[in-house]
Amino acid sequence: MISIGLDIGSVAAKGVLLQEGQQHLMIIPTGWSPRQAGEQLIDSLLQRAGYPVKDVHNITVTGYGRVALNNGARTVTEIKCHARGVAALYPQVRTIIDIGGQDSKAIQIDSRGRVIDFVMNDKCAAGTGRFLQVTANALGLDVSELSDGEKPEQAVDINSMCTVFAESEIIGLLAQGVDKGGIIAGLHRSVARKVAAMVKRLGIVGEVAFTGGVAMNRGIKRALEQELGCTVIVPEMCQYTGALGAALIGSEG
Amino acid sequence: MSNQTTVEDFLKIREVSIMRIKDAKEKSDQKVVGIYCTFCPQELVLAAGAIPVGLCGTKEEPIAKAEEHLPRNLCPLIKSSYGFAVSDTCPFFHFSDVIIGETTCDGKKKMFELMKDLKPVYVMQLPHLNRTQASMDMWIDELRNLKSFLEEHLETEITNEAIWKAIDIVNRETAAAKAVCDLNKMDPPPLSGLDLLTVTWSRGFSTDKEEVTAMLDNLRRQHAAGTAASGARKPRVLLTGCPVGLGTEKVIRIVSEAGGNVVAMENCTGYKTLELQTSTEFDDPIVALAHKYISIPCSCMSPNTYRMELLERMIDDFKVDAVIDLTWQACHTYNIEAYEVSKLVKSKGLPHLHLESDYSQSDVESIKVRVEALLEMVNQ
Repeated sequence: MISIGLDIGSVAAKGVLLQEGQQHLMIIPTGWSPRQAGEQLIDSLLQRAGYPVKDVHNITVTGYGRVALNNGARTVTEIKCHARGVAALYPQVRTIIDIGGQDSKAIQIDSRGRVIDFVMNDKCAAGTGRFLQVTANALGLDVSELSDGEKPEQAVDINSMCTVFAESEIIGLLAQGVDKGGIIAGLHRSVARKVAAMVKRLGIVGEVAFTGGVAMNRGIKRALEQELGCTVIVPEMCQYTGALGAALIGSEG
Repeated sequence: MSNQTTVEDFLKIREVSIMRIKDAKEKSDQKVVGIYCTFCPQELVLAAGAIPVGLCGTKEEPIAKAEEHLPRNLCPLIKSSYGFAVSDTCPFFHFSDVIIGETTCDGKKKMFELMKDLKPVYVMQLPHLNRTQASMDMWIDELRNLKSFLEEHLETEITNEAIWKAIDIVNRETAAAKAVCDLNKMDPPPLSGLDLLTVTWSRGFSTDKEEVTAMLDNLRRQHAAGTAASGARKPRVLLTGCPVGLGTEKVIRIVSEAGGNVVAMENCTGYKTLELQTSTEFDDPIVALAHKYISIPCSCMSPNTYRMELLERMIDDFKVDAVIDLTWQACHTYNIEAYEVSKLVKSKGLPHLHLESDYSQSDVESIKVRVEALLEMVNQ
């Protein structure tokens, strides 16, 4: 019995295949077609596990592209999937912070991994991966280079919450000769503050896990810990917790 | 009329009323009074021999037009209402002889000032405290001023006898509407969320209170036996927060698409005013009306304890599984009260979702995820 979980996000599509204790992971860019990305993930995961495509019926999809797959797969929200995935990895965690490409969310779970409450960002890119992508661009950097380039001790305040205005603000700071490392640290703090305010609406309970693509950025992790006043756990497979949760939910029938 | 009334009959009220009003205006110069809010005492309008029609904007279309005069960062209900008026695209506004506004929020209060360029507008000064003698005296005074305004502009006299008669008519219509909403205390609910909205929202467009009361009574009788359960039990959702009408029913639709049922609405088109009856124990009908209307649990009241009492009772009576609190963008009072609502709902051990949205469809996908996650919480 195998179970495939897909988390088709706005930037990356993640897949987890569970097979008798074994686990295969795969990530690809979502591109313009969430459906194609999903199908490609299924094919590649099955190939890796050595299964022919027709044998699989147990597919559970989450993420914004969850309805695009259109092949009869079960859909579950990313809220429930992240809860399930993180609970499987870290049973002691009660608060999950997930920052993805186009949204950020905080989820409170109980000891059995069930969702108690959640909040998501509003119609705005502030506090999401998109904010970092746009602002990294203004600095002439790839989003993956931000973490290494930051100088926390020289952090400057980025006051604009709006992504578009933040980009202009950065261009202004660069024109004044402000150090790039300080600007990057300021950006990290800006994202952390926005997300921390959201988390505090829920209240911080138990241990905190930080997932999603943005969790790979150590600068954001540090800034979040500072804003929240507690340590946060970043799972090694931080991008896959939603897909893992989907696969686990699928395997439970 | 026949004893059979369907939800579709309620959907027709709006169109039928437009034709009736047009005819009545042409033939006998029938007076029409546009009202924006449940705080407006319709009884005074009826007692003046005029037809009260609800003008509260619940559609996206006229908002662009409104933004030529109003700020973008304003509640969509105010922009929609003003947009319909200024673009003359709402037949009910078009046919209204006078308009009655009210100071339920700063946005509306100032918008009505602009509206005065279009039609005669009376803006009722609403006290925000409902427990002191001073605010009650002021409110009674306001209703007397409104009565004089109507008498002057509609060139008629409003007698106490006519007000008492109107009070009786509106009390019965309100009771009939409440009885229809109460049908959904049954499980499964006889009326879908969209049915419920269609009925409660459409009744505000009726030109004939007796007729719409009979329709409500019929509808209630037809569904009194309830409906047989079929398929899996659907989570029962209570909707509260800002006003919702046809055109802005996206949350109700999304709940239904996600496999849930909005079984009750605390909003002002729904249950908010339905428990309130004008007492006939007073000597003066204006004083009687003042007591009823000041009790409406709108978030513009401070404190607004009756809303929390009502919500708690509705959670129990309608046996709801989850509560959705909808705030229209820039509605500060409901947005702030959302915190109290969330505390109440959580204290009842139920999942709660607060949504901030506008009349556009741009956030439908993100609302869907939240609503689906809420229903998953019910089912887990």
